[in-house]
Amino acid sequence: MSEDYILSVKGISKSFGGLKALVDVGFDIHAGEVYGIIGPNGSGKTTLINCITGFIKPDAGGQVFFKGKEITGWPPHKIADMGITRTFQIMRPYHSLPAFKNLIIPLWSPRAKTTGGWRGGGKHGDRDTVAVDILEEIGFERDSRVPYKIASTLPTGYQKRLELARCMAMRPEIIFCDEVFSGLSMSEIAGMLPLLEKLKMEGITLIMVEHRLRELFRVADRVMALNFGEKIAEGLSHEVIEDKRVKEAYLGSEKV
Amino acid sequence: MEQTRKERIDRGLKVRTGGIYAISSGREIMYLVGPRLLLIVGILLVPLFLEFAPYWKRVVNIMCVYALLALSFDFLANYVGLVCLGGAFFVGVGGYLSAIFNVYLSIPMYLSIPLATVTGAALCTVLLLPCLPLRGVYFAIVTLMYPLLFTRVIEALDVLGGTNGITGLDGFPNQYVEQYAIIVVMLLSLFAMRRFVSQDIGLVIRGVKDNDQAVRASGINVTSIKALSVFIAALMGCFGGAYIAHLYMWAGISLFALDFSIIPIASVVIGGGGTLVGAVIGSFILVPLSESLRFFGTLRIVIYCAALTGFIVFKSEGLMVYLQRKYHQFERWVKV
Repeated sequence: MSEDYILSVKGISKSFGGLKALVDVGFDIHAGEVYGIIGPNGSGKTTLINCITGFIKPDAGGQVFFKGKEITGWPPHKIADMGITRTFQIMRPYHSLPAFKNLIIPLWSPRAKTTGGWRGGGKHGDRDTVAVDILEEIGFERDSRVPYKIASTLPTGYQKRLELARCMAMRPEIIFCDEVFSGLSMSEIAGMLPLLEKLKMEGITLIMVEHRLRELFRVADRVMALNFGEKIAEGLSHEVIEDKRVKEAYLGSEKV
Repeated sequence: MEQTRKERIDRGLKVRTGGIYAISSGREIMYLVGPRLLLIVGILLVPLFLEFAPYWKRVVNIMCVYALLALSFDFLANYVGLVCLGGAFFVGVGGYLSAIFNVYLSIPMYLSIPLATVTGAALCTVLLLPCLPLRGVYFAIVTLMYPLLFTRVIEALDVLGGTNGITGLDGFPNQYVEQYAIIVVMLLSLFAMRRFVSQDIGLVIRGVKDNDQAVRASGINVTSIKALSVFIAALMGCFGGAYIAHLYMWAGISLFALDFSIIPIASVVIGGGGTLVGAVIGSFILVPLSESLRFFGTLRIVIYCAALTGFIVFKSEGLMVYLQRKYHQFERWVKV
């Protein structure tokens, strides 16, 4: 059954001491889909990403399958090597390196070396050129000084793009986007949307954790809502937002 | 009131942009090669100048060993993000292994030193492996602990010569071999390290320092990258230890002395962290300084500390960072 899906998550739970961050969460994702995960603050969205990408180990019983192969509890670098990578909510570029040098690291990774990375760039000898090419594709002005600036000095919008570029460079199958819109201005978001469309066109499956619902619904095919670590709704975006439990989670219940 | 601020402008030489090599004029070639040549030729000439001061020849040898240790500290601390207090650990392991190979197994000196360097570095890496997946102070504490541990084990079990140490190692055939061996290795390590950190693998190592989570998310095993870095750093330290053992023709527990851990750190502070060459320059200043202060007896430490504090207060960026900035940039006052 699970071979039909690129990613299947079954019964993931995670407790930190007495706090149940995730309770029996499961979902299935088709290849090429854009899947949104929404929920109020502290509902376990980032914990879920951490569990799937291996940064924290889920409690016993949960299972994660990638293309039918179980990857539960693998170390993060092995999961990334399979083709599942992520951005971080708090932007963490390699701050002492110039922007384009940030991409040398994913281009150097074992995955990029064997599969070629983005447009085969990991196999070429000159990673610097490939890195600047990728930055140009993601909206860094090639002839300006921006790609050569030290990453920590870049504006937020560019740093968010750099996060995505870092994921793109290794040409993953799935990218988990942890709040790529947060902290961006409306015009910056407007620039970000075509990028996500482009990744989708390239056949990369996107799983987006978001607070900016309006922007998310423009790109997402399906959406799941979490509240207090439990899955409360799943489906097309307009169905989910009309769901009574989702409304309650965001706005509180109508009964006073 | 008229206000001014200091403006810094990069020197407009082509050589400073990546990938373009200075072949257009002698001036540009000298701009690029000059400082490096000064260091190389200078240090190669030192033994000849010291022909009349044999005592100071020894000091130069030890100074170069400290330079190697400082290089390894600077690399680990400022490129990999591991604070290593284990200079003494590397020196001790290298020294004792070299003594074992040379005295117990009768391997000639020109083989025992390289052998001790490589096996020593491998041993150090394996011993430090458990604390490599961790972040924070653990690495510093464990590297500080190992030399103490080895000292006590050797004392208590009376193995490897006990407190007397292992005597009877081969000495160097003559003074010139003795001096140039360490000088050449030190220079080669310096320029090899400078090249290494600008390679792609060097960038990955710097990425581990900046953000190890993102390196993991790129499908690279961070622990093995750290292990590789520790191995490289330990190579330099273990060579220093093996060299010292053959220099004194003796390997004893003083090879695990705290000096080997602390003076390199002070050298990096003085020379400027992250420049690599600063680490070398720092030990060129500190070791002779500490040696010339022997005259003051126990007050030596006081003067030594005062000099260090002075550096930290007045030039906390370090000598080489300061000099490189002056070399590569114009400064001028402009009206605001």
